[in-house]
Amino acid sequence: MYSPVTRGSGRTGWSPGFLVKLALIALVDALGVYAVLAAWAADSWGVLAAMVALLLVANWAYFSKRALPLKYILPGLAFLLVYQVYVVAYTGYVAFTNYGDGHNSTKEQAIEALLVQNERRVEGSPSSPLTVVADGDTLGFAIVSPDGAVQAGTADQPLEPVDGASVDAGRVTALPGYDVLEYAAVLERQQEVTKLRVPVSDDPNEGSVRTQDARTGYVFTSTLTYDAASDTMTDTTTGVTYTPNDDGQFEAADGTTLPVGWRVLVGFDNFVTAFGDDRYAGPFGKILVWTFAFAVLSVASTFLLGLFLAIAFNDPRLRGRRIYRTLVILPYAIPGFLAALLWSGMLNRSYGFVNEVLLGGASIPWLTDPVLAKLAVLGVNLWLGFPYMFLICTGALQSLPTDVLEAAKIDGAGRWRTWRSITLPLLLVATAPLLISSFAFNFNNFTLIYMLTGGGPRFDDASVPLGHTDILISMVYSVSGLDGTAAKDYGLASALSIVIFVVVATISALAFRRTRSLEEIA
Amino acid sequence: MNSRTAHVARRPGQRARWFSEIGWRHLVGIIAVVYAGFPLVYVVSASLADGGTLTGSNQLFASVSGANYAALAGTRFWTWMANTLVVAVATGAGTVLMGAAAAYAFSRFRFSGRRVGLTALLVIQMFPQMLAFVAIFLLLISLGNVVPGLGLDSKLSLICVYLGGALGVNTFLMYGFFNTVPREIDEAAKIDGASHAQIYWTIVLRLTAPILAVVGLLSFISTFGEFIIARVLLQSEDNWTLAVGLYGWVSSLQDANWGLFTAGAVISAVPVLALFLFLQKYIVGGLTAGSVKG
Repeated sequence: MYSPVTRGSGRTGWSPGFLVKLALIALVDALGVYAVLAAWAADSWGVLAAMVALLLVANWAYFSKRALPLKYILPGLAFLLVYQVYVVAYTGYVAFTNYGDGHNSTKEQAIEALLVQNERRVEGSPSSPLTVVADGDTLGFAIVSPDGAVQAGTADQPLEPVDGASVDAGRVTALPGYDVLEYAAVLERQQEVTKLRVPVSDDPNEGSVRTQDARTGYVFTSTLTYDAASDTMTDTTTGVTYTPNDDGQFEAADGTTLPVGWRVLVGFDNFVTAFGDDRYAGPFGKILVWTFAFAVLSVASTFLLGLFLAIAFNDPRLRGRRIYRTLVILPYAIPGFLAALLWSGMLNRSYGFVNEVLLGGASIPWLTDPVLAKLAVLGVNLWLGFPYMFLICTGALQSLPTDVLEAAKIDGAGRWRTWRSITLPLLLVATAPLLISSFAFNFNNFTLIYMLTGGGPRFDDASVPLGHTDILISMVYSVSGLDGTAAKDYGLASALSIVIFVVVATISALAFRRTRSLEEIA
Repeated sequence: MNSRTAHVARRPGQRARWFSEIGWRHLVGIIAVVYAGFPLVYVVSASLADGGTLTGSNQLFASVSGANYAALAGTRFWTWMANTLVVAVATGAGTVLMGAAAAYAFSRFRFSGRRVGLTALLVIQMFPQMLAFVAIFLLLISLGNVVPGLGLDSKLSLICVYLGGALGVNTFLMYGFFNTVPREIDEAAKIDGASHAQIYWTIVLRLTAPILAVVGLLSFISTFGEFIIARVLLQSEDNWTLAVGLYGWVSSLQDANWGLFTAGAVISAVPVLALFLFLQKYIVGGLTAGSVKG
C-alpha cells in the first residue's frame, strides 16, 4: 500500500503535499523578488541584502534534502531574526549614536537639507517666464530661457532640456511628457505651486527655481555653500566658515553650529548623560529606585495576598470554594489596559468612585500627589496581580507531597512549625521561577504606569517630561519623544533600554542560579 | 475528626472552633470577592448609566439604559475591535504554527547547532521586544520606504513585529510538551511510510493540541492588550487597536468619554473573559508548565 521509496526528507514525486509546498514557495519567491526590486529602486541596500539572503536560504531549505530541521525552524527564525534579534542589535547600535531630533539622517542628507533650508532669492537674479506643468499628479515647472530653449523638471527631477515644446509669447503651451496646467487648475493648487522648488541641477549648491505668481520663475540659491574638497560649509553673506565637529554638526570657529546635523557614533555619551547629566541624572536615579521598589513591592504584595487566599481556600471542608475561586480570579481575566484605565477613572480626585462613594465625598489626590500616586499604582497592581499569584499558589499547595507533611506530623511538628519548615520552602521552590518572571514583567509594566498616572505627577524641576511614578520603560518612552511631547532622542532612549536589559538579565540570571541551588537543597 | 464538628449542633465552644477552622475562610472569601468584584460591578453599572460622564456614574445602577452602547456605533470603536481581533487572531495562529514547527524540530531531530539554538532562544527571550520599540520604529521607517505595507501605520507590519516575538517566548513551553509525546509513535508511522510532514501535521500536532490551544490563547490575550508597540506603530485612527483607541478616549476627555469608555470596556473584556473562564484549566496548567521548563 505504501510505496517504499520514501527516504530522507520525505516523499518524492508530485504528491499533493509537494504541490502545496511548490505553490507556497512560489508565492514567497514572488513576494521576495518584488521586495528585492523595490529595495533596489529605493536604494535600500541593507534591506536588499537581507531579502536576497532570506530568499536564498528559504529556497535552499525547502528544496534540499539535507536541511530537514531548518524546514521547520525557518519561518519562525526569519521573523525572530528580523523583528527581534536585529532590533535588539540595532538598539545597541543606536545607544552609541546621537540619533534624534537635529541628528536624524546621514551627512549627505544633512548637507542637502541645510542648503535647501537656507535658499534665498538672489538679489537682481534674472527672472524667466515660467509655466506650471504636471507629470501625472506631480507638479513641475517649465521655464523658457532667453534663447528660446525650454527646460522642465519637478521637485525630484532637476531641470533638463525638453525638445519639441511649443512656446507662445514666452509661455509654454504644449510639452512632451507633461500636461500644461490651465489657469484654474493652477489656482486650485496655489499653495503647492508656491511651495514647489525645482532643483536647477543635481548639485544642491546651484539652487532651485521657485515662483510666487506661477508666471515668473526666479533662481533661488543657498546662502550656504558646501565645498566637498575641504568638507566645509561657508555662509556667503557673512563669510563664516563652518567645519564638521565630532557631534555631527557644522561648527564655526566661535562655536555656533548650523541647525541640521547628522548622526554619528558618540561612544558612551548617552550613558554618561543618563548617570551624570544635570537634567537627567537626578530623575534617572529616582526613577531607577522607584522601578526597583515598584517591581519588588508588586511581587511581594501580590504574592502574599495570593498565598493567603490560596491557604484560606485550600480546605476541602470549605463549601463553595469553587465559586470563591472563580470570582476571585476575575481581575486576572480582564485585559490589563482596561483595568488600568478603569482605575484611573475610579481614583479621579473630583469625581472618582473611590473618593465620592467609598470615602464619602473626600477629595484625596490619589493620582496627583507624589506619595499617594505611588501607593495608588501599587494598590491597582495588587488588584490586577493577586489572582495570578493565587492561581499558582493554589497549584503549588495542591501538589505538595503529602508524605513529607505526614512525616512532619509523626515527628510531632506543630501547625506553625510544619508550615514554616516544610510548606513554605517547598512552595517557594515551586513558585520562584514565576516570581522572577513576575518581577521582570513588573519591571517593564509600561501599560499600567502609562495608563494610570502617565508617569505623573511631574517632577518639580520640569526640564524633562518625567514624573514621580515613571518607571524606566516609561522614561524610555518619554525620552524617545515618540509621543510627541518632547524632542526626539533615540540615542538616549536606546541607551536606557540597554540599562533595563542589563538589570533584568542580571537579576534573572542570578535568581535562576539561586533557585537551582534551592532546588538541590530541597 | 474535625470535619464532623461543623455538622453537629453547635454549642458556643464548638461555634468558636468552627469559626477558627472554617468560618474565617468564608469571611476572607467574601471580602476577597468584594475586593475583586466591585470594580467590575462598577464598570457594568457605569456603562449602563444614562449620562455617560464620570460624575454621573457613581450611583450604582441609578439608571439603566443602553445609550452608551448605542453611542459606540457613532465612533470608531467597532473598527478598533475588528483591528484588534484581526491582529490578535493572526498573531495567535502564526505563533502556534511557527512555534510548534520549531518545537517539533528541536524535539525530534538531532542536528548540529541544536543545543546552541535552544540556549540562544533562552537568552533572547530575556530581552522583551517592547524594550526595543525605538529600534522597531526606525526599522519600519526603512522597511516602509521599500514596501509600504511593511512600514509604519500598517496592521500587517504590527502582526509581523508580534510574530518576531513568537519563537522566543513559546518554543520552550511547546518543546517540553512535545518531548512528552513518545517518539515510538512517530517512528512507527515512519516505518509505515509516512513522511516527516505527514507525521508532523497528522500525528504530532493532534497529540499536542492542548498545548497549542494554551499557546494560541496566551498569545491572543497578550496581543489583545499590547499597548506600547501598537501605540508607536499605528498612527492613523482607523488602524488603531482597542488599547490605543480606548486610551485615547480616557486620556483626552476622561469625564465626557467615561460612558463610551465603560461600554467599550465591557464589550472588549467579554471575549477575553469568556475564553479565559472557559479554558481556565488549560491556561493555569500552561502557566505552571512554562515555569518549570523556562
